[in-house]
Parts: sequence; structure tokens; C-alpha cells
Amino acid sequence: MKIHIPTPLRVYSNKQDTVSVSATTVGEALDALTATHPDLKKHLYSEEGKLRSFVNVYLNDEDIRYLPKKGATEVSDKDALSIIPSIAGGC
Amino acid sequence: MLRLNEQVYHAIRRHGEETYPHECCGVLLGRSVDGVNDVEDAIRAGNTRTDSAHNRYNIAPQELVRIQRQGRERGLDIVGFYHSHPDHPAQWSKTDFAEAHWLGCSYVITAVEKGVAQATNSFLLTGTTEEDKAFEDEAVEVAALETERC
Repeated sequence: MKIHIPTPLRVYSNKQDTVSVSATTVGEALDALTATHPDLKKHLYSEEGKLRSFVNVYLNDEDIRYLPKKGATEVSDKDALSIIPSIAGGC
Repeated sequence: MLRLNEQVYHAIRRHGEETYPHECCGVLLGRSVDGVNDVEDAIRAGNTRTDSAHNRYNIAPQELVRIQRQGRERGLDIVGFYHSHPDHPAQWSKTDFAEAHWLGCSYVITAVEKGVAQATNSFLLTGTTEEDKAFEDEAVEVAALETERC
């Protein structure tokens, strides 16, 4: 499956905007991504190993935090994961 | 440096006037080359902070996913974001900084006073991690649109 990398993190993915991994679940896909590009890990996860609060991961158009099976959700080669840091602010 | 054409520049400012007294927000699609965030298009986004839209903005991640996909199909990346500060200077706030996570991207702010766009400034989010990030003033180059000649 494909994992889309946002612009700020491409410096840790050999400048690739999309990384292809072999995986059967969301969790496996993310593990495969950080195994291939270990520098991504600290930008995606807190020291406790949880996704950083401002990092969103979408399986197609669904936030993986709200998927019933979360990281154990099955995926196929046709699916895509998108990593999207949040964007907010105000005066 | 942030480079954008007149059409995009005015579209961003007009968006802030239209949503006044609420904050507008959107995404800048383009290419980042040799330290220049070259903007091709500004995509309007909805402000999900309806509870406090006069001084807060938030773009739904799902909308960002869609915009990133649209950009990819056009060969463009997300190179920045814009929002307005209704009756407030075009300077980043503590909230802007705390909520900024797109390192290397431009954060454009337009002050809108009594419904009329005033200054538009850009700030580049520099650094390599959340821990050492910083906002730096960024030059804005507005390129005139080339007109067709007979």
C-alpha cells in the first residue's frame, strides 16, 4: 500500500512524497514505514510510543484513531495512508 | 521567501474580508525550490472553530487530506497556509506558534480591520523538530500576472 508523506517529513523519507510498503494492517504499514525510514519515528510518535497529538493518520478518508479496530484494521494494496499534521491557530 | 501571483495574493486577502469578523483559513499549493515557497494556488478551507471563529481557526484534517490529494494530482505540494486576524495585527500569536507543525512551510497572516484587509505578512516555520521550531519573518514577493499581448 501507499503512504503519503507530508512536505515537512519528506526530509526523513529520502524526499519521497509517497512510500510503498507491504502490510496487512494499518499498524504493520506504519511499522514498515518507520523500519525503512527510522528518522520518521520521533516525528510521528511521543516517547511513550503514541502518535503525537498533532499528527493525524488517515486510512483513505478515515482517521485511524476512530476506526473500530484502530491499528489492527486490515488494509489492501489499494488503500492509502496519509500522514497529516494538524493546522490551527488564531489571534 | 514566499512567492505568489497577484491573483492568489488578492484571493487570500479577499477571503479574510468575506469571513470577517471571523477568521478565514486556507492552504497554499505550490512547489518548494531552493528556499522559495512558490505558490501556484490558494485553496479555501472551512474554519471548524465555530465556537470561537473570531479568534481561532482550525482546518479539518480530512479536508487537508483531500487538498493534499488534489495537489498531488496537479503535481503540487502543500507549501503553506493562510489565515486572517480580524481586528488584530498581521503577526503570529502564541496560539499560532503552538499549533504550527508544518516545518518549512509558510504561514501567511492578513490583518482585517473593520472588514478591510490591511497588512499581509508571512512567517516561515523553521527548525527540524517540535522542540527547536521557530517562526521567522519571511519576504513576500507578489508577481504581476503576465497579460496577453495582441
